[in-house]
Order: sequence, then structure tokens, then C-alpha cells
Amino acid sequence: MPMLHRPAAKPARPRRKPAGAPPPMAIAGANVELRLGDMLLTALPEGALWLGEAKTLIVSDLHFEKGSAYALRGQMLPPYDTHAALARLQALIERLAPEIVVSLGDSFHDGGGPARMAARDRALLQSMIARCDWVWVEGNHDGRAAETLGGAVRETLHIGALVLRHEPAEGPAPGEIAGHLHPCAKVSGRGRSVRRRCFATDGARLVMPAFGAFAGGLNVCDVAYAPIFADGVTALVLGKDRVLPVASERLLAD
Amino acid sequence: MDARVPVLPEPFAAWFASRGWTPRAHQLELVRRGQDGLSTLLIAPTGAGKTLAGFLPSLIELAPLAAQGPRRPHKLHTLYISPLKALTTDIARNLETPVREMKLNVRLETRTGDTPPHKRQRQRAHPPDILLTTPEQLCLLIASAHARVFFEDVQAVVIDEIHALAPTKRGDLLALALARLARWAPKHRRVGLSATVADEEGLARWLLGASSSPLEGRGPGGGMTPDASGHAPKRKRQTSRLTPSPSPSPRGEGAIVKAPPGAQPIVDVLDSDAQIPWAGHTARHAMPDVYEAVKRAKLALVFVNTRAQAELAFQELWRINDDALPIALHHGSLDVAQRRKVEAAMAAGALRAVVCTSTLDLGIDWGDVDLVIQIGAPKGCSRLVQRIGRANHRLDEPSRALLAPSNRFEVLECRCAQEAVMDGELDGEQRRVGGLDCLAQHIMGCACGEPFDADELYAEVVSTAPYADLPRAQFERAVDLVATGGYALRAYDRYRRIIQDPHTQRWRARNAGVAQQHRMNVGAIVESEMLDVRLAHRAGARPRAGASTSTGQPRPLIAGRKLGQIEEYFIEGLTPGDTFIFAGQVLRFVGQRETDALVVPAAGAENPSVPSYAGGKFPLSTFLADRVRHMLHEPKRQKTLPPQVREWIKLQKRRSTVPAPDQMLIETFPRGGKHYLVCYPFEGRLAQQTLGVLISRRLERAGKHPLGFLASEYAMAVWGLEPMGDVDLDALFDEDMLGDDLEAWLAESTLMKATFAKCAVIAGMIERNMPGAARKTGRQVTFSADLIYDVLRQYEPDHLLLQAAFADAGEGYLDLKRVGALLRRVKGKIVHRDLAHVSPFGAPVMMEVGRVGVQGEAEEAILADAEALIGEAMS
Repeated sequence: MPMLHRPAAKPARPRRKPAGAPPPMAIAGANVELRLGDMLLTALPEGALWLGEAKTLIVSDLHFEKGSAYALRGQMLPPYDTHAALARLQALIERLAPEIVVSLGDSFHDGGGPARMAARDRALLQSMIARCDWVWVEGNHDGRAAETLGGAVRETLHIGALVLRHEPAEGPAPGEIAGHLHPCAKVSGRGRSVRRRCFATDGARLVMPAFGAFAGGLNVCDVAYAPIFADGVTALVLGKDRVLPVASERLLAD
Repeated sequence: MDARVPVLPEPFAAWFASRGWTPRAHQLELVRRGQDGLSTLLIAPTGAGKTLAGFLPSLIELAPLAAQGPRRPHKLHTLYISPLKALTTDIARNLETPVREMKLNVRLETRTGDTPPHKRQRQRAHPPDILLTTPEQLCLLIASAHARVFFEDVQAVVIDEIHALAPTKRGDLLALALARLARWAPKHRRVGLSATVADEEGLARWLLGASSSPLEGRGPGGGMTPDASGHAPKRKRQTSRLTPSPSPSPRGEGAIVKAPPGAQPIVDVLDSDAQIPWAGHTARHAMPDVYEAVKRAKLALVFVNTRAQAELAFQELWRINDDALPIALHHGSLDVAQRRKVEAAMAAGALRAVVCTSTLDLGIDWGDVDLVIQIGAPKGCSRLVQRIGRANHRLDEPSRALLAPSNRFEVLECRCAQEAVMDGELDGEQRRVGGLDCLAQHIMGCACGEPFDADELYAEVVSTAPYADLPRAQFERAVDLVATGGYALRAYDRYRRIIQDPHTQRWRARNAGVAQQHRMNVGAIVESEMLDVRLAHRAGARPRAGASTSTGQPRPLIAGRKLGQIEEYFIEGLTPGDTFIFAGQVLRFVGQRETDALVVPAAGAENPSVPSYAGGKFPLSTFLADRVRHMLHEPKRQKTLPPQVREWIKLQKRRSTVPAPDQMLIETFPRGGKHYLVCYPFEGRLAQQTLGVLISRRLERAGKHPLGFLASEYAMAVWGLEPMGDVDLDALFDEDMLGDDLEAWLAESTLMKATFAKCAVIAGMIERNMPGAARKTGRQVTFSADLIYDVLRQYEPDHLLLQAAFADAGEGYLDLKRVGALLRRVKGKIVHRDLAHVSPFGAPVMMEVGRVGVQGEAEEAILADAEALIGEAMS
């Protein structure tokens, strides 16, 4: 029987090259606060970023109408993904009353998304757009498709020293906030593992989690992150009701 | 009944004689019934010439046709279906012998997933006389354009191992496919070949269809007629349409034929002198005795319940294998080539023992097995009988079996199983209600083949046993699920996968693309994500003395030889450096590369962790559990138990109590600063795990703050920091926990999500390769079934696929049906003992508690553990 006994937990070995010290950050209730450039960012458990000083709410990779994009090809995924993301977004807007809302690209799953949108979802989205300054950042999936719904379309957006764009630039880009990669973190313990969406940051730049209901994730240990975070990455993992920072050493590849 | 004396025609009679055989009564009975065009369920023990009996009528009919020479028309005469691909090949080989020796010129071919495309095309254009195939291939054929032409000449369908197929989702699909086939070949007869089962009539009904025209008469030899009364489906047809003729069904007067049972098997329970462990599943204490038994046998099959146990038993037997007996290992994770090698060695008589899992339960007979050893409790009688049947395929000699219990509760279970085998009793199977996901797949398959009329198809569907009670409204919802996803929000009406012809009202696939998509996804087997286990070595590494890498950088690992496959979830729980036993050796996990788990040999490593969980894969059967509860309360039946087990029960009586069979004992006691509540439902690990989750939730609400729980096959323990003795136990175990508590848990249960994912794949909502998805490309995972489950549950909780998943949860991972039955059973029958110490029955459970730690939904806790580290680093 001793053979059935799993050996006592040993310290996890590093999966990637040992990182420098994790960036300074603070756990504030359910949120995690960190400084990027000259701005204080608040990472919210919903997967959105709040810039309190600029009253700006940032979400990324909404992938509206992903369900209908699949239905078009014969896979009838539930047609509620757009509404589910909108409802979460609306709750955030009501709670935080932002002056600016930024959707950081891939707001629609494809260029045809806006045309397929159900009337009630379109009305809900437009009522939100009407309440604040709404910026669509161009994504690789949707380009300028969202333009027809109102709001402004930008390739990149500057807020103070921050640069907001959809695809992270290769090489160093201090102050950049990007999306596109759908970061996910995997940690294990107690004989099993958990995989969740996360913010990924090294203290100089940050990649946003996907906000869309059906958006999958790419593990932060994947090589795709190597040109962005040369010295390791800290994951701000989206827990059930709070954000949990997890250091490089604990992150597992898929 | 017919008084004709059945005579085997030539050249069959001569062939039997030339072999020195006399045809058996049940073989002749099948010939006679075949001549009359009657369907038959043949129930026969192993070694009774079952397969030959199934094929004889077809061969006799084909003999004169085949004499017409090679230019006779190609018509499919007999379709043979088996659950195992390997079995079709094996049966084809066995059948070729009589065909060749009698010079029958019968065309005989197999069709499986391995059959190359050009051969499939040829088979379609020029069908063989006899086609041996699997249920999945039958579904594929039905989903093809010219299915009717291909099947309309079929005279007989032979279904092998029907008892193993019928109670599964593959069985659902097969039953539906057979109903479709009956439309095209209305006169065909069916032959089901089955091992001994408890519910013969139920199986006959499955074979023939529930609403088949009333079957007259009662058959000979104890054969029972499936009774259609009370099973006539209540069909409401739309009045505006023509009433379709009910689906044709094979005739099957007195359909059951039973071969005489073989000699009574000799079953022994190992009565080892060694101390019988209180807990655990390795039976290591019994290995010397097992080894001695192997030594005395020619060839022993050593059955275990899990791959983990197989690995351990194999290691342990080799550790004491002083005579260097050839002992091999066989389980589902091993590389196919490795398994084939073991099978060939068995057949060649080169082995003395094979340690195996259920991979050798069914099908092919390799070699001359004369002893079956079951390590650990058998969990159910039917499986035990099946396994015992693997020994000695001669009817007149008894099979020999040895049961080796691995702990004290298992001694009771083995003893009860032994009694049941002697009494000729079997586990009662529950009648299976067909899955809605399988129904959806069938509907899509029909639309991809010959366009269907909804009324006709509904009549066909309810003519099958699994769907006999399907209401028309559910059928319509399933059609809608296939067409548009079946959502209340009619968002996808313009993307229909199947469309209705405005003139004929018949449904067909929208285009060739969706039909092709369907064919890629046929079947009810959804594998868990598997990783290849490969030996790794460093790039360019040479065992040169004194060679040191100049840079500190380790060279990259290169994946080498494949050892087999392992479930992804197991690897996910490992950290590089962990060791485990696999394929008979101790390995160290060094990392994962895409779909490979890289390992290096680690012979001599201490305490390797082991694949998979500690308990059994199959839960203790209800029937056997009931016998154990009774035995505990009847001192007379305990006389044959080993003294240490009798003493243990006596001690339990003195320190706590031994409950009556209809009662459930609950003990509460403090231990090591914690307070425990242990109950003993004897309902199997799955049901008790579900119970553990639900009871924990209730205790949380009662302010008891439980810290964890554990379920074994026999007991469930939950613990916390507060005393539990003052809880209202009747309220705690009230049946209403299956309401809101269950609902709340299902919302986040990973098991429920996994169940849903499988249903979604079978129903065609998610493509087969999707759930884990895109790992190989290294790009974004497209989506996961979990996200779909969350959204669907929130927005359309009564969606048909959620219903299907919930129905599966009732029987599968969560065993909800049994939890419900348990709660009803113990209502008002709870016996509580508030103790100062752990009781003798409780001790084994406590030992497991130390071993596995906290179970259940601990995701947030795992995240919090991971976070703790950064807390320190940040200070």
C-alpha cells in the first residue's frame, strides 16, 4: 500500500527560466492593483481592467457572435454568448460608471458578426455606447467591422504613457496593454490542475484576458509569449470572485 | 412447437462428422429457427459453440447459392456485428476454416475503422455474402446515400456479445440502426449471442424491438416469449398526415434459446495466513499465495480492476518470481503492438500468467487458460462470471477461479460473490433508457443517408427497446436540435443542418459539407484526452565518460519510443521529477511536449506514485452490496470467514454496532483534533462521492464547516473542527438534498461538465476533436466545452442536451439514481452511535483519509495554494 501513496508534495520545479522578482502589486479586496508606466491599474475578477485616474474601462477579445459564426458552419453552439458577455460588461459599466470604454480588438469573432447580431443584443450594446466615449481598437478578426455600431475606431490608443493595441508588439514595449493572445494560466496541486483565464504581466507591459463567453485561452507558458515577456511572467488569475497573482515558478505548460 | 427433427444438410453433417463432432441441440435449434425465418436470442456459456450456432443457418442458406460460382450477383446476406474490432477479425478467421473445408465459396469480409477506402468502396459496389463489422461502421453505412440498395437483401443480422452492447450508448445507436435496417430489409431475422444474463426477456426485447408485433407462443427449453403487453408505445399521430405503417420488425416467436449451462465453476476465496489489511487495494499480502496458484496452473489470467492495480500486481509478482515464470501484462493503456505481442505469446502457449484488466473480459480466446484469479473484489457477479468463463473453454469441465480480496471489507464482498456464483445468481441490470444525444446522432445520420419522413422515423425509433417510451414531443425536439441546435431563441433557423423538402416533407442534410462533418463524428465512444508516454533522451547525449556540457544549458529533450497512452488528467497532476509505474516499469516524469508525456526510466525509485485513483473503476453492484449488508447481520453465514475478519466484526459489535440489513449506521467521533462523521451505505464509490459533496454542503449550511470528505466503496467520511454528534441526521440525509443542493453543485461540477462534453460530441454540437482542441498547433484553443456548459446552463437550463447530460449523470460518474435509492432506503432507518474513538469499521476509512487528502471541488483552493507563494515573495 505504500506504493499507492503519492509522495509528499515537493516544491514545484521551475517550468521556465527563473524570473526576476515579481513586479510590485497589491491585493485590494477582490482586485489586484499594479502600476504600469505612470498609471495605477486595477485588474478586476471579471477580466476587465480599470484605470481609475482616467475613468477608463478596458476589455479585450469580446468575440461577439462566435456562436453564430460556428452555427454558420454547421456547429450549433448556444446563441447566448454575445448576450452573456454584454450582460457582464453592462454590470461593470453600471458599477464603475466609466467615462471611456475601450474594447481592445477582436470585439467580433469575424467581420460578419455585427450583421448577425440579434436585435436585442444590438440595442443593449448601443445603449452602452451612448452612455460613454466608446473606442473600438482594431483586431485581427474583425478589423473595423464594429464601426457601424457607433463609437470610434482606432488602430492604437494612447492614454498618458500607456499604449493600447490589439496585438502585442514583439520586443520590449513598456507601457503597452494588449490582448489577442487570450492568456490562460495552469497551476496544479492536490493531485489535479486548474486552468483559468488571467492577465499576464512582467511589470512593464500587460496582456488582457479574453472577455468573450466562448473565447478559449492560450497558456502563458506557450512560446508565443516568449518575445513579449523575456524575463518571465506573472499571471493574475481570474478566480471565482477575486484575482489571484501567481508567480512564474508555479505556472505549468499545457 | 414444430416436431420436425432438424437435420444438418450436406456438406455440413459430413463436416461435423469429419471433426468427430455432434451438433449440439442449441445449434440445431438455431438452424431450424433460421429455416423458419425466426429471430433468436441464444444464451450460452463460453465454449458452447455459440458463434458457430449463430452462423450455421446463414452458411446453410448460402451453400447452394455459393455453388452458382463466382459470377453470381453480389448480395449482402448476413451482417455480423461485434463490439470489438479485433473480434470481427478473429471471427472471420475462425469462420474461414469451415468455409474452406466444406468448399462453400462464401464471400466473407470484415469492415472496420482499419479497412482502407478502396476496399470500402469495393464492398459497397460488390457486397460480400457475410460482412463482419462494428456498430459504428453500421451507423456510417446508414448515413450513406445508397444504404437501402446495400441493405435490402439482408436476410440475417448476428449480434455478438449483445449483453455487453445493449446497456450502453453504443447499444442505443445500434438499436436505432437496426430499426432503420428493418425498413429496408423487413424480412431479416436477428440472432443475438449472449452470455448468461439476469434479465433474459429484457435482452430479447432489445434484440427484437419493443413494439414488435405481438409474439405468439412460448418457446421450448424454458425459453420465454418477450411480452409486448404494456409496452405498446402510446403513439399520437398527427391527423393531417397519412398514418405511417409501423416499422417492420423481425419475427421472433419464443425468441430465447438457452444452451445447457456448463459445469458448475469452482470458486475459491484466498484464505491467506498473512494479516489481511484493513484498507487498500493492492492485495500485496496475498501475492505469495497468488504466485503459488500461478505456479500450479498452466496459464492463469490475473484480473484486476484498474490499470494501477495491474501495474502493481505485475511488479509484485515479478519481485517474488524466483522461478522466472513468464508473466506478462495487458491493459488498455499499453501500446497496441505490445498488447498484440502478449496475445500472440498467450496463443503460442509461451506464458504462464497474464495480469490484465477488463481488456480481456470480452471476446477473443487466447490460449488455454485453466485458472482465473481475481485480485481485489469483483464488484459485481455478472462480471465475475464472465471472467471465470475465460478459464477452460470446455463445457464438461468446471472452470476454476480464485478470488484474492485486498482488505477486510473485500473479504466479505468476495465471499458474497462466491455464494452468488454458486447460487447461479447475477446482478440485475437496469433497463436502459436511450440517450437523447444518441437519438440526435441517429437523426442526423438518417438525413445524411436516405431522406426521412418524421412520422416514419418516429415509428421506427419507438419500435426499439431503449426508445419505446419516447414521447413524440421529445422526438420533435431532437429533430430541432439536429436542425438548428434546438434553442428557444430561434437564432439559427437560417443555418439549418437538415432541411425539409417542401413537397415530400422528407428531411435531408443541407449539403455535402454537413454530411461529411457528421460522418467524421459518428459513434458513441468519446475518449478522454490521452497523452502518449514516450521515453525521452537529451539531444546529442552520449554516454561518454567525463563529458560535461560546456554551457550550463541542458540540451533539449527528444521524444523516443512510445510505451503507451495515459489519461491527460493523470499527467496534469504530476510535477516533473515525480515517479510512477507504467507498462511494468518505474518511470520518472520529465515534462510534457504537446501530446507526449516524456519519461525516463527510474528503476529503484522509492514510493512511485501510480496512475489513476486507488479505488475500483466499477462501483460495487447494488445486488452484491445488498448481499454484503445481509451477511454482516447473519452470524451463521460468517462461519466460513477467516478468523481475523470474524474477530473484526465481533469487535465492531462490541464497540459500536452492526446495523441490520435495512439500516444505515452513522458514527460520529473525535480524532486528532478533528471531528468525524462516518456513514456506511455500501453503495459504491461513485454514489458515495456524490453523497459526500451534498452532505458537505448541508453541513456547511448547518455551521459545521466541514473540511473534507472521502468516499470508499463501502463508507463515506466527512470531517471538520466542530463536533458532529448533535446534527439532526434524519434531516441531513433527507432526500430533498437532490433538489437545490444538487442543482447548485452541478453548476460547477467538473464531472458534470465532462459528462455534458461527451453528450455534446455525440449529438454533433461539438466536433469530436474539439474538447481539448488545438494543442498541436500551439495556437489559441478555439473554445472549450466547459464554457458552453456554463452559458447554456445560465440561459437555457432545460435544453435537450442538458437533459441528456443529467440523465447520464444519473448513471455515470455521479450515480445519482443510486444516491436517490439510498436516501429512500435509509429514511427513518438511521442508527447513530456517538463514539469516543474510531470503530473497527471506521478504521479502514480513516486510513484512506490520510492517504488521499481532500476530495471534491477544490479548484479555488488549488489557486489559493499557488498564490501563497507570491505572497511570500512580495512580502
